[in-house]
Amino acid sequence: MTDTPETQPFDKAQGESFEPVIIGFTCNWCSYRAADMAGTARMKYAPNVRLIRLMCSGRLDPTFVLKAFAGGADAVLISGCHPGDCHYINQNYKMLRRFHLLKRVLQQMGIEPERLKLLWASAAEGAIFAEEINKFVEQVRPLGPLNWKPGNGAHVEAPVHEEVPA
Amino acid sequence: MEKKERIGVYVCHCGTNIAGVVNVGEVSTWAAENLKEQGVVISRDYKFMCSSLGQELIQKDIKEHGLTRVVVAACSPHLHEQTFRNACKGADLNPYLCELVSIREQSSWVHTDKVAATEKSKALIAGGVARVVHHEPLEPLRVPIHPATLVVGGGIAGIQAALEIANAGYPVYLVEREPSIGGHMAQFDKTFPTLDCSACILTPKMVEAGSHPNITLLTYSEVEKVDGYVGNFVVTVRKRARSVNEELCTGCGICWEKCPKKVVDNVFEAGMGTRKAIYVPFPQAVPKYPVIDRENCTYYIKGTCKACEKFCPTNAIDFAQEDQILNIEVGNIILATGYELFDARRITQYGYGRLANVFTSLEFERLSNAAGPTGGNIVLRDGKTTPKVVGIVHCVGSRDKNYNEYCSAICCMQSLKFAHLVHERTGAEVYNFYIDIRTPAKGYEEFYHRLLEEGTHFIRGKVAEITDAVRLPGEEGKLIVQVEDTLTGNQLRVPVDMVILSAGLEPRRDAKEVAKKFGISCSADGWLIERHPKLDPVATVTEGIYIAGCVQGPKDIPASVAQGAAAAARILGKIQQKEIALEPVRASINQEQCSGCRICNNLCPFNAILFHEDRMVSEVNPALCQGCGTCVAACPAGAISGTGFSNEQILSQIEGLLLLNIPKKETVA
Repeated sequence: MTDTPETQPFDKAQGESFEPVIIGFTCNWCSYRAADMAGTARMKYAPNVRLIRLMCSGRLDPTFVLKAFAGGADAVLISGCHPGDCHYINQNYKMLRRFHLLKRVLQQMGIEPERLKLLWASAAEGAIFAEEINKFVEQVRPLGPLNWKPGNGAHVEAPVHEEVPA
Repeated sequence: MEKKERIGVYVCHCGTNIAGVVNVGEVSTWAAENLKEQGVVISRDYKFMCSSLGQELIQKDIKEHGLTRVVVAACSPHLHEQTFRNACKGADLNPYLCELVSIREQSSWVHTDKVAATEKSKALIAGGVARVVHHEPLEPLRVPIHPATLVVGGGIAGIQAALEIANAGYPVYLVEREPSIGGHMAQFDKTFPTLDCSACILTPKMVEAGSHPNITLLTYSEVEKVDGYVGNFVVTVRKRARSVNEELCTGCGICWEKCPKKVVDNVFEAGMGTRKAIYVPFPQAVPKYPVIDRENCTYYIKGTCKACEKFCPTNAIDFAQEDQILNIEVGNIILATGYELFDARRITQYGYGRLANVFTSLEFERLSNAAGPTGGNIVLRDGKTTPKVVGIVHCVGSRDKNYNEYCSAICCMQSLKFAHLVHERTGAEVYNFYIDIRTPAKGYEEFYHRLLEEGTHFIRGKVAEITDAVRLPGEEGKLIVQVEDTLTGNQLRVPVDMVILSAGLEPRRDAKEVAKKFGISCSADGWLIERHPKLDPVATVTEGIYIAGCVQGPKDIPASVAQGAAAAARILGKIQQKEIALEPVRASINQEQCSGCRICNNLCPFNAILFHEDRMVSEVNPALCQGCGTCVAACPAGAISGTGFSNEQILSQIEGLLLLNIPKKETVA
């Protein structure tokens, strides 16, 4: 165990071939069905995302996201029904609150906010789902692997002040 | 010491659907060799896991290898989860100890890189294996089904559904917003392609629905709130005050005869005719009782008149009547709220609302109806001139990226019907301006050919403009239809006396609110979404809520009737089982661990969490809990657990999904 923070710069040349591993959380009713729809319609997207099905995005415990990063994920996708369309009335808003807090916390832990993405996708939006995954992979690729060791290498930055919607 | 689970992994080829992209053999071997530590004792691949042979394979292994968990890597759980659960059940393994991993919708169908798809499939299976270890044997929640059904919308789809259920001997509440049932079909004169009279085939059904002992008719009423869940809904209905006592009224009609106040009828007569302030929308209305339109009634405006009360022979007029709020209990709900006509004013170049003799399709229906404002005489807006040349414009507001991209399905046939009626009754020359003629149903194409032989002109081209600005001799006093005939490439100016805009169908203006009220969703266009576009067209993703007729998408009368009957059949099947098995995905609170902070209480939109003041702990009512898991994620004490989606299950799945790239990470670092 060394105490040196992992600050070795990411080699850009290597970045070309770097394939980020992304964990994606979907809700049973909208976004998982969007993924199903993308499949049924044979829409192609990058193979980097591995999905987990929850009943509702409201089930998303921030611990899941931290666990994914700690376990080696380079990025995390959270997706749910569009605001107003939640199968459980309004539970996706509760996820939204957590998302904004989580993003701030991650930043304090030294994780780039670009590594966390929120995506609203209805059951009819397979095409949007596929397209947004491709965009996300390209957004994460230049960041390189997340060499994050909780309690070890993470350096804390001053929190950025931003409005957190209720 | 924990006992080690014995897991079987089954990788499906799905013919070439999966095997064409994912190396299923490699995946299966990999799972057998690398997931031993997690408990995998056997891993196989097979051509079609969902076939009876595939299922038997699993059942044989459960018995012979003593499997305690099963992971099937195949299609989406929304397709075959139930199949494999049943297979496990058949081999005496609790069905909830099975996990379906989607390597078709999430891998082979969406990726082209075979190596990457194979690696991803391995990761997904590793996630499934890690998750399934923490599955618990569950029993589905069995709840009784209330035998009554609520049908919302009294058009032909709703009437059909209500009659099917009522005839099978079960109670139905039929709720309709307007004073009478009948819907759009009651407004039509003839129905295509048989040209039988709409009222003649509809009114017997209306009467049957109105007098059926098993049907409670709630007209002039709206659903305000829906609580509960499949089998046990509690629906709040506002029965608006008719100002007429239904017990006393005989429907004799003296009141609307004597009423001095005439009102333009924008609903039933589509603005073409008038009604009184006390009225039934049309003579065959069911129920026969009139309503007083309080916004227009002289008594409600000025405080005097009461002509209806004076003449009513049974003293049925009740000016003081108030809205009634009814709470009705039902087991299932059918939504058949229909459509709204596209507002042709939005296409300003067609001049509707500005040029008097431009009519909408619904206006023409009333114009051609023998019971309509002109007694079935097809005349211009002046009420007397018979048109000599009539133009019918197809696809108004449909198949147009500026308005609605979809095809409204009925307008071609409707336009052909109009052409026939105009031709038959006035002898006028008829021009049909179309983009494509679409007549795909029994007897429809034959009707089109009949029209071709009748001498109707068909001009293929989208109408650019309808104007009264005269440019050429012979156009004076006419409406000019400017169109390019795309078959000859010529620009045409066709002078006509009357234009009928075959307006498309649109979702009800409040479709979104209705969807939200009933816990289902709308497509981007606003039509309600069915559970499966091909195989489950009348069910929705919410158990116990069904859809029928145009609320699901534009369709003609036969299709609406078929859907109404189909939804009824689905519900009858459920009612006859007397109870329904629900997914046992529910939250529960460990009373020992609950700190009584009450954070969860306000998070639940279903009021499923009770707080016991005496013991200072919260408790979940499983009958109200819908299993979303929001409280589970929010509990600061970790006292709430969610069956089927527990922290252990999800955290392990994350670990499993990331198993594969841990070595890669080490080489990078």
